[in-house]
Amino acid sequence: MAILLDLSTRLLIQGITGHQGTFHAQACREFGTYVAAGVTPGKGGTTQGGVPVFDTVAQAVAAQRPNVSLIFVPARFAMDAVFEAIDAGGIQTVIVITEHIPFHDALRMVTYARLRGVRIVGPNCPGVISPCQAVKAGIMPSSIFTAGDHAVISRSGTLTYEIVHHMSVNGLGQSTVLGLGGDPVVGTTFIEALALLQADPETEKIVLVGEIGGSAEEDAAAYITQHVTKPVVAYIAGHSAPEGKRMGHAGAIITRGKGTAASKAHALEKAGVAVAKRPFEVPQLLKKA
Amino acid sequence: MKCLEYVAKELFRRHGIPTPSGIVVTTPEQIDSTAVPGPVALKAQVLIGGRGKAGGIQFASSVPEARQKAAAILAMKIRGFPVHSLLIEPKLDIARELYLSILIDRAARLPVILASAAGGIEIESVPEEQLFRRTIDPLIGLQPYITRELNAKLGLTGETATQVATIVQQAYEVFVQEDAELVEINPLVITTQGKVLAGDGKLVIDNDALFRHKDLPEQKADEFTDLEAEARAKGIAFIQLEGDIGVIANGAGLTMATLDALTLVGGAPGIFLDLGGTDDPRQVTGAFELMLKAHPKVIFLNIFGGITKCDTVASGVVAALKGIAAPPPVIVRIKGLNEVQAKGILADAGLTSVDYLEEGAQRAVDLHPGTARGA
Repeated sequence: MAILLDLSTRLLIQGITGHQGTFHAQACREFGTYVAAGVTPGKGGTTQGGVPVFDTVAQAVAAQRPNVSLIFVPARFAMDAVFEAIDAGGIQTVIVITEHIPFHDALRMVTYARLRGVRIVGPNCPGVISPCQAVKAGIMPSSIFTAGDHAVISRSGTLTYEIVHHMSVNGLGQSTVLGLGGDPVVGTTFIEALALLQADPETEKIVLVGEIGGSAEEDAAAYITQHVTKPVVAYIAGHSAPEGKRMGHAGAIITRGKGTAASKAHALEKAGVAVAKRPFEVPQLLKKA
Repeated sequence: MKCLEYVAKELFRRHGIPTPSGIVVTTPEQIDSTAVPGPVALKAQVLIGGRGKAGGIQFASSVPEARQKAAAILAMKIRGFPVHSLLIEPKLDIARELYLSILIDRAARLPVILASAAGGIEIESVPEEQLFRRTIDPLIGLQPYITRELNAKLGLTGETATQVATIVQQAYEVFVQEDAELVEINPLVITTQGKVLAGDGKLVIDNDALFRHKDLPEQKADEFTDLEAEARAKGIAFIQLEGDIGVIANGAGLTMATLDALTLVGGAPGIFLDLGGTDDPRQVTGAFELMLKAHPKVIFLNIFGGITKCDTVASGVVAALKGIAAPPPVIVRIKGLNEVQAKGILADAGLTSVDYLEEGAQRAVDLHPGTARGA
C-alpha cells in the first residue's frame, strides 16, 4: 500500500532528456521504481537509459500505460505539460518538481486537475517516496530513507531530509514521505495527505513539517481534531522570520500578522500534536507518541 | 514585484479602470500650471503603507504651494524608505468610498474577491458580515452574476452599480492578464458627480511571471536593499535581517530551521541565504561572496546534500575565501551526498565540519554572542 506510489506504479517522466530528468530517472530506477516511459517533444523514438522516449504523453500512454507522471519541464512550459498528462487518460497522479511556475498557471493546473479527478503533488516539491514499497518519484536522496511505518508530509525539501535522516538513524523507518511544495498554491494540501495517511494500513504515525505563510497548518490542526486518530508529531520552521519577507519559498511569508510559526505551533498543540522545537527532537517525540 | 501607485494606476488604465489624471514628478521644479489646474493632492510614491499618517499625502491649490510641499515630501523618509517621486492628482470631490480587492485564497486555492461598502480604511477592521467575499473558478472566470451579487451585498443600484460592475470585471482582467498576486483599490471613490474611479491602487505582480510582462512601466522603488537586489539578479534567495550572523543553507525550509536554531541559543541571524539546489561551484562562490559583502560577524554554513553535492559546496566556499584577507569565522555543518570528499576539501583549507545543526548553531553563537542590532 503506502500512499500515491506502490508496486503497481508505472512512472512516466516528462522532461526525461534534460539534465535533471536524466539524473533522476536513473536514481528513481535504482531505488526500485518502474520507469515505464519518458516524454520530450522532438526526442520521440529514442531511449534514455533503456527507457523509451515519446514525443507526446498520448503516445507514451498508448504504448506503456503509465499511471503516475513526474514533471521536470521548465516553468514556462510546465502548465502545458500538466494539462497534457491530465488529458492523456490513465494518469492518476501528476508530481510537479519544477519551481518558479507562475502562480496563475498553478491555479489553472490545480483547478483543472480537481475537475478531472487527477491528483497533483507540488509544484516546487521534492516528490514522493514510499520506502516501504521501494518506489520513488522525486528528487530526494535515496540513501537517507529506510522502510518503516512512519509517514512524513512536508512543505519543504531539504528540511524533510534533515528530519528523515534523524528518524532513520534512530531506527524509525518510513512508509511514505510526501513533499507538498513551497508555493502558495499546491495540488495536495496537508488535509488531503492526512486523509490518505489515516486510511493507509502501512502508516502508524505521521510527521507534519510545516513553515510560515498561509493557514495550511492551522487547517490541518482542525482536521486532525476531527478525523485523525493516528499520532501526529510536527515541526514548524520560521519562528525567527520577520513579517513581510518571503523566506525563500514563494509561500513562506507572514502577511498582516497572519501565518506565523507560533500561530501554527499553537493550533497543532491544541489539536493534541506534539510539536518539536528542533528537528532532532522529532524521533524522540515519535517514540513517545 | 510590488508596484508604486502610479504604475498600478497606469496598468489599471490599460484595462479601462478610470483613475484621476495624474502627473509624476521627481523634483519640485517639474511642477507647473498643467500639474496644478486647481486643488491637487501630492502623494509620495513609496511601497510601504501608512504614508498618509506619515505626512506623505498633502494638498495644494497653487504652483508655489505645490512646489513647497513637494520639496518637503521628496525630502522625507517614510518608515525608512526615501521618496523618489510624487504623484500629483486633482483633488477628488468624494461622496462615498468603497473597498475592492482581488487576491488568492490559499486554503481554497482559488482567486477571491473582497469588497466592502466601507472604503478608505484597513479592510481588517471591517466586520466579516459586512464584507463581500466570493471565490472565483479560474476556468470560468468572473461571470456577470457575481458582480450582481457584489452590488446587492454593498447596496449599490442604478448607474453606480453599473460602473462598479464594470470596474470589478476590469480589475479581474488586471489580476489574470497582468499575473497579479494582489489587485487592491482602496478607496474606490464615488464622486459627488456620481463617477466611480480608483482613488488609490495597489498591485503586486508575480515575480515568476515577469518573463511575460516586458512592457511594465518603469519605477524606482526600494523594495530590496542593494545586496538583496544583486542576489535576485543572480537567482539567489537572500534576505537581510537585524542580526549579525550570516546563514547559508540549501533549501528554504532548512535555511529557516537554521535561523531558528541560532535564535533558540541566543543568536541573532543577520542574513538568510538559500543556496537552493545547485551543482555548480561558481554559483556557490558567488553566493559566498555576496554573503561576505554583507560583513557578517560569523558565517554558519549548513548543507544537507541531496541534489546539491557537498563537495561542490565545499569547493565553492574554499574558492570564495581564498580572495579574502581577513574573512569572518566560518562554522560548517555539511551532511549528505559526497560528505567525505567535502570534509577533505574543507580540512585542506583549515575548516572542520560539525555533525549536527544544533551543535553548529551553538558554536556560531559562542564565537559571537551578540544581540540584534538596535536591540
